Amino acid sequence: MKVLVAVKRVIDYNVKIRVKADNTGVETANVKMSMNPFDEIAVEEAIRMKEKGAATEIIAFSAGPAQCQETIRTALAMGADRGVLVQTDAELQPLAVAKLLKAVVDKEQPGLVIVGKQAIDDDSNQTGQMLAALLGWSVGTFANKLNVADGTVEVKREVDGGLENIKIKMPAVITTDLRLNEPRYASLPNIMKAKKKPIETLAPDALGVDVAPRLKTLKVEEPPKRKSGIKVKTVAELVEKLRNEAGVI
Amino acid sequence: MAVLVVAAHDGKTVRANVANAVAAAAQMDPEVHVLVAGSNAGEAAQSAAAIQGVAKVLQAEDAAYANWLAEDIAPLVVKLAPGYSHVVMAADSVGKNVAPRAAALLDVAQVSEAIQVVSPDTFVRPIYAGNAMATVQSTDKIKIVTVRPTNFKAAAGGGSAAIEQIAGTGSAGLSSFAGAELSKSERPELTSAKIVVSGGRGLQSGENFKMLETLADKLGAGLGASRAAVDAGYVPNDYQVGQTGKVVAPDLYIAIGISGAIQHLAGMKDSKTIVAINKDEEAPIFQVADYGLVGDLFQIVPELTAAIEKK
Repeated sequence: MKVLVAVKRVIDYNVKIRVKADNTGVETANVKMSMNPFDEIAVEEAIRMKEKGAATEIIAFSAGPAQCQETIRTALAMGADRGVLVQTDAELQPLAVAKLLKAVVDKEQPGLVIVGKQAIDDDSNQTGQMLAALLGWSVGTFANKLNVADGTVEVKREVDGGLENIKIKMPAVITTDLRLNEPRYASLPNIMKAKKKPIETLAPDALGVDVAPRLKTLKVEEPPKRKSGIKVKTVAELVEKLRNEAGVI
Repeated sequence: MAVLVVAAHDGKTVRANVANAVAAAAQMDPEVHVLVAGSNAGEAAQSAAAIQGVAKVLQAEDAAYANWLAEDIAPLVVKLAPGYSHVVMAADSVGKNVAPRAAALLDVAQVSEAIQVVSPDTFVRPIYAGNAMATVQSTDKIKIVTVRPTNFKAAAGGGSAAIEQIAGTGSAGLSSFAGAELSKSERPELTSAKIVVSGGRGLQSGENFKMLETLADKLGAGLGASRAAVDAGYVPNDYQVGQTGKVVAPDLYIAIGISGAIQHLAGMKDSKTIVAINKDEEAPIFQVADYGLVGDLFQIVPELTAAIEKK
């Protein structure tokens, strides 16, 4: 079974982002970029499936500018077998990415697609669900644990009240939550080997997908700042402030 | 054209956040309908009808809807959506699961976690874990919007909307429910609690969380945790407050042994009053705290619990 994983290039999670002065977006020039952390979990899960013999080949997909090659290389260094990059400088929103993914899935026919539950830049939490919808496949969102057996996936999901178990028919789309696994670091020999693994580059037009954004971003602003608070010295002082100043207890 | 709010429920009542979603929906269009899909959802439909501002409740009975599988609920939403200008869901684990599937089937974009309705087609939503606020305008005919419940004051009760029975769409046959492992707690639910006590890695073990339980019970508070505490296995996943966990905005948030990673702050910085207790005075949590207390939580928490008792 082929497994396809989607990896997004995002501003590294350790970077404190800056809103552009003209309010058109967030500064990305000269900022460290990395693979979306939830997508690392997706790649790791696919590699574990391959190590257990449940998967035969792992394809790492990305969409965006040429630099997304680096993100795919990271996935290849972790253990994915080959990459597919849909290269475009256009703004890509979740519905467009889902359509690009669908086009590649139609070609590659994987048994499972594993994607991060959300990207830490736009925080949309949509792409996996949308892809499953477009394919008419089942979806296991916010996966905490997976068990692949006999054409079905048992998915333990992280939900508001705790955990929920569902059984879904394959082929299926999985979106990863934090506790699914702990992604490995790529070793130096594997980073070297990854340089020789193939990456196919495609254009959205060639896939017949219109990626025009449906949401217009009118402006991006800094969030309102909290006014700075005070340090109290003792528990008694804290309780006094909470009772008499804040009036919350 | 009216707005359709898709309501999650437990069979008896719709979730508390449906009243927040109705309030948000009413800012998009004054005519708000609520869809209650389920198996034996009569009581839940009545609870939706009692929310002020709801003009009509659509009750869809179908055995397939019993466990809210996205594959089965989304087609119903898709069938109803063309009669509406907007479809709204609370941005909880149900809304996040169902709404994007419906949006893709309708070939429309989704606005995720709107925190403000600027106009019927324009919304403010947080990006980058709330470190930036994007104002986005939808160009689609049907707008699918998930809303962050804590940013919209819940619509009051006492309404009496008509309930209309509608046909179900059956099962897609793609997925089935196989049980849940839900946390049982007598404490207030995190996202609607007036006070939240939250613990982080500083607690050092799940055993030590008992100390926070005692404090939370004294305050009538909900109990939360940082991602680090959940990852370390101290408490279950549903305790997590943050960018990818629950977003809370109580009157009082007490962060104990939490350093204040960006993704945690994203889930609690709209709280009215924030207290931070941490031994590291450089911890970022102090930058958002109204009252900071630097010290050993193992001394401070029992002392605080005792001081509150003495009221």
